[in-house]
Amino acid sequence: MTTLLEVSGLSTHYVAARGTRVTRAVEDVSFSLEAGRTLGIVGESGSGKTTLALTLMRLLPPGARIASGSVRFEGEDIFTKSNSEMRAIRGKRMAMILQDPMASLNPLFTVGDQIAETLRAHEQMPRRGAWTRARDLLAAVRIAVPERRVGEYPHEMSGGMRQRVVGAIAISCEPKLLIADEPTTSLDLTIQAQYLQLLREIQRERDLAMIFITHNLGIVAKMCDDVAVMYAGRLVEFGPVRRIFDAPAHPYTRALIESIPRLGDPTARLTAIDGQPPDPAALPPGCAFHPRCPLVVDRCRVEAPPEVRVAVAHHARCWLASERPT
Amino acid sequence: MTALLEARGLTKLFPVGRGLFGRGGGAVRAVDGISFAIEPGRTLGIVGESGCGKTTTAKLLLKLEEPTAGEILFDGTDVTRLNGDGLHHYRRSIQAVFQDPFASLSPRMRVSAIIAEPLITHERLEGPEVASRVARLLDVVGLPARARDLFPHEFSGGQRQRIAIARALALSPRLVILDEPVSALDVSIRAQILNLLRDLQRDLGLAYLFIAHDLAAVAHMSHTIAVMYLGRIVEMGAAVDVATHPAHPYTQALFAAALPAHPDEARDGIVLMGEVPSPLNPPAGCRFHPRCPQVMPRCSKEEPQLQSAAGVAVACHLYDKP
Repeated sequence: MTTLLEVSGLSTHYVAARGTRVTRAVEDVSFSLEAGRTLGIVGESGSGKTTLALTLMRLLPPGARIASGSVRFEGEDIFTKSNSEMRAIRGKRMAMILQDPMASLNPLFTVGDQIAETLRAHEQMPRRGAWTRARDLLAAVRIAVPERRVGEYPHEMSGGMRQRVVGAIAISCEPKLLIADEPTTSLDLTIQAQYLQLLREIQRERDLAMIFITHNLGIVAKMCDDVAVMYAGRLVEFGPVRRIFDAPAHPYTRALIESIPRLGDPTARLTAIDGQPPDPAALPPGCAFHPRCPLVVDRCRVEAPPEVRVAVAHHARCWLASERPT
Repeated sequence: MTALLEARGLTKLFPVGRGLFGRGGGAVRAVDGISFAIEPGRTLGIVGESGCGKTTTAKLLLKLEEPTAGEILFDGTDVTRLNGDGLHHYRRSIQAVFQDPFASLSPRMRVSAIIAEPLITHERLEGPEVASRVARLLDVVGLPARARDLFPHEFSGGQRQRIAIARALALSPRLVILDEPVSALDVSIRAQILNLLRDLQRDLGLAYLFIAHDLAAVAHMSHTIAVMYLGRIVEMGAAVDVATHPAHPYTQALFAAALPAHPDEARDGIVLMGEVPSPLNPPAGCRFHPRCPQVMPRCSKEEPQLQSAAGVAVACHLYDKP
């Protein structure tokens, strides 16, 4: 299998007050993603998952600085690309779906115009051809009566339908990688199920690799092949989805899985994680999880643990993790 | 057991103005003739998608909206006709905790003032007694005593939700309405708040009306679950039964759409087609029939009534007795 995306030693910091205040939003993150696979990046607010996604797309806000590391996409280092080369990659070879479709769409243009815009910019398609293709893309994201819908404005559509339009824009230039940042958080349950099924079908049809950024382990369980768990800017555990759910190596991952209520098991008391996620601008010394960790030992308080190999393709950053038989 | 609160045929229509003086328009049937009961110390969970009427139901119970028809009995008295002292007493007995603890706490008040406000307005307590009650409430919800002197912005989301719970408990209510109490919180904090709410129910004998999108959380917290669709209750029964053996096709689809807790549970079950129709003009007959995978000819003509079948109450023609 071919490696589509390779991230190694990536650190992204936000620098404020003339460099005197540094927030380590992403710190020393490494992972790789193969073509056609789905990776879930899980973490709470402030864990750095969105900053990581923005770094991959090179869409960081001013004040953010890539401090170290590299990102290779289809074998090329994207940090050495010029801005115009990057513009040609974004939207064409890697695309993104954000949480709120109303914020991604322009209320003043028809959805047809907005899909056609991407095609005209990247593929130099003529106006009429792009419009026809926009209609086909709406059909591809299972929107009924696409020939009528293509001329409608975003406000004429429901939330679920708008998110489908965003999906149509994302796949319009046949990208290899789709990054979805909380794509279904604003949708109702049955609409979410429809959308997740649609993404999976599109992935199968087009051999697309996907990165799901979410705080919801249920989405990971349903959609992903691999999971990366982030805590306070660091990737604390990475591995195949079944391994992570059956034998999590990091206490944070284990606690997250145990804190979720399960259907059909209503009497059990939930395992709560004490305390709260740390402020990314003022991380505790040592392992950032140590103040909340039930298994903390003295070493955790002073020294940050290195990445340890637990099994094939399964890594964790914890002093207590060690290689285990699969 | 006698019910603490009972709703009978509760209905709320929102007229939609069309033309001068809003005449000639239709009405959104937000809640349409629903009946349920909440027993002391128990939890009724309401699930359903946006527009199903669950938040309107909460507002009706809180008397933030007046029902168009139907009655709400609290301890056997109809509260829709209450005024004066009776209403004052009712408002003390029923409190609410809302979704967003960033919006529900005044940023200009210290925590002690936020929690003490209902004590001062409703109980006319004096300084030292207020202070001791505030201290006890902070302890009950697991906040340190020094929290008293801080402002809401100095707390995280989970701690703010604890402040909101402390204020709701200040007047020793008997029913607390929880409208999406953990949806705005981080995943690792949700279990803390759900555990706290369960402990408070056990220790104080509180009854809850629990409204949430997260089906597993509702199933975890509730004794009874009511499933709503377009203003109607389509299924109601013991939480375990509804969650594990849903009877109504909509409930089945809803629980099939719930996200799995483990990759091995990932089901590609029933995925409903289409979206929830507008409550302004709900479909004739059974409101779910245009999306129902098991639709029959009579579903578009006759509206099914709640009837008992398979241990729960369900409104579906599949369970009609011949």
